[in-house]
Amino acid sequence: MLEIKNLHVKLEEEDKEILKGVNLTVEAGKVHAIMGPNGSGKSTLSYVLSGREGYEVTDGSATLDGRDLLEMEPEERAAAGLFLAFQYPVEIPGVGNMTFLRTAVNAQRKARGEEEISAADFLKLVRQKAKTLKIDADMLKRPVNVGFSGGEKKRNEILQMAMLEPRMCILDETDSGLDVDAMKLVAEGVNALRSPDRGFLVITHYQRLLDHIAPDVVHIMADGRIIKTGGPELALEVEQNGYADILAEVM
Amino acid sequence: MALPERKQSVTEARLAGLEIPRGGCTEPAREAALARLWQMGLPTRRDEYWKYTRPETLIQPQPPRAALLRTDEPPMFDAFDRLKIVFVDGVFDPQASDDLALEGVRIERIADLCEQDIHWARDLYGVLEARGHEPVPRPLAAFNTAFAGDGVVIHVTGRPSRPINLIYRHESEASDAVLHHLVRVEEGAEATILENGPAAARFNKCMEIDIADGGRLHLVRTQGRDHERRAATHVFARLGRESMLKCFTLTVNGVLTRNEVVVEFTGDEAVAHVAGACVGDGDFHHDDTVFVTHDAVGCESRQVFKKVLRNGATGVFQGKILVREGAQKTDGYQISQALLLDGDSQFLAKPELEIYADDVACSHGSTSGAIDEEALFYLRSRGVPEGEATDLLTLAFLAEAMDEIEDPALAEEIAGRVRGWLARHR
Repeated sequence: MLEIKNLHVKLEEEDKEILKGVNLTVEAGKVHAIMGPNGSGKSTLSYVLSGREGYEVTDGSATLDGRDLLEMEPEERAAAGLFLAFQYPVEIPGVGNMTFLRTAVNAQRKARGEEEISAADFLKLVRQKAKTLKIDADMLKRPVNVGFSGGEKKRNEILQMAMLEPRMCILDETDSGLDVDAMKLVAEGVNALRSPDRGFLVITHYQRLLDHIAPDVVHIMADGRIIKTGGPELALEVEQNGYADILAEVM
Repeated sequence: MALPERKQSVTEARLAGLEIPRGGCTEPAREAALARLWQMGLPTRRDEYWKYTRPETLIQPQPPRAALLRTDEPPMFDAFDRLKIVFVDGVFDPQASDDLALEGVRIERIADLCEQDIHWARDLYGVLEARGHEPVPRPLAAFNTAFAGDGVVIHVTGRPSRPINLIYRHESEASDAVLHHLVRVEEGAEATILENGPAAARFNKCMEIDIADGGRLHLVRTQGRDHERRAATHVFARLGRESMLKCFTLTVNGVLTRNEVVVEFTGDEAVAHVAGACVGDGDFHHDDTVFVTHDAVGCESRQVFKKVLRNGATGVFQGKILVREGAQKTDGYQISQALLLDGDSQFLAKPELEIYADDVACSHGSTSGAIDEEALFYLRSRGVPEGEATDLLTLAFLAEAMDEIEDPALAEEIAGRVRGWLARHR
């Protein structure tokens, strides 16, 4: 489903290569995790895939269901089924959370040639999904992420994911800034969305998130490349020994 | 004291051949205004108060022509049940207007003022305007009082069931309109006045508003459509004890708009909110000049102005809060912000506070900035196309000003116009 081949990326502003040939395939129905030390390029990978400005792809390719992601605008990637849960969800004063969700849902429907969702259907759907994430009516009414706690922001990301029903979900350090209870809640939200035709790429520093979202495949990323790939046991190895051993082994 | 030569000559040029309307009971007030005008002279670029806005086209003898813009948009406030008072190029049009009878309010033409002998109106005409020249002269308002060709007197004694809508139609490309309105809100009375329309090629409008104790007035204005039009407007408001004024103005298009609002608190515990939103493109020039004087205890004033500028448009804000000695417990707030959608547009702001009381809370802020790129990417990453996302963020930027419109249906009407403008100018 998601296929990344030999992806090389540098910062637009400076001559510094951050991704140095990433190869990765995420199949439908699978959860892949990427772990790695700070500065290894994990977040850059998520930003490049979602179309953030400021990066230049110098080589390689990234496709979703065979469609070239790198040629698309961010909104086209979203309509094609890509979703990025932000590490730092953005606050948007003056835009109500409901307006935001509905605008996004309808924009994607429109891009796919589908009819807009009716106000009543939307309300019903959002209330039902919000409830399972323990998002109350007040949070839905407030401006997007404004005054939300760290946990509320991350739950709001998962709510967007649930509403937009993407094909491919990228979670960028969704566990950062969360206590154990908040993390469990978020993980439950993610697990509820697991399905045979949806893929996940979970980016994290720590193994603990993977206790709650069980990955099928674990990749270790360092210095802009994926240096090792294995099963869930690889995450446990990192937890016990840190990255040093793996890095030493590969280098 | 003699006027500077330049001022003297532009004033003479403008007033040459002009006669104040004779015969009515406003005549003494008009003569007094004319004398004031000769004393202060018409504005020139040398005046500090006209540093950011060029007054030449507002005072030259003939107005520059302004083309009429044809649009298939429904008229503003069309869906609202309201009492329509229509002026075409500055002249009252009885055929296009509704019957002026409405419970809780009495409406007359300025021209009929003397026949009816409405004392309060005679005692108000030009009075608040005359008070409004200290410390800054407003010669275009004095000009208005002297030469106004038409206008209405609105006397609110109860709670009229419908808003009163002053509609300014522009049909002649060379029209030069001068309108003067008087509004008196009696004790405990409350009304909503709506104003809209391009009015004329050049429009000089003055509204004097006197609100008695506990009276409430909502004033919602829109200035739009014909881009080549020019307008200089003044609102002079005096607020009694526990009274309220809420004034909101939306401006779209217009090569020159200068909106001056002068508010004076004379009774304690009164509230005045003056807000404005504008969206402009290209040679759009928009100036909000506001002066609020606190001369009573425990009054609240808010000035909220938001300007969206693109393709070289210019926004100006000159806002002042003056707190006189003894005006304790004053709560004064002022914010002016511009959203610059490109590098060519500019925002010129002069926020001022002058405070002579020691127990007050006053704050002011002024910023200009671009669209928040982070927020834009966030919206796009959720599938919202760039243009739509920019519009959404632009409306969010305007929200604080729009929130000053109390009636949700009116607020939605205004927001809809802004959305339409943004979509057409994407």
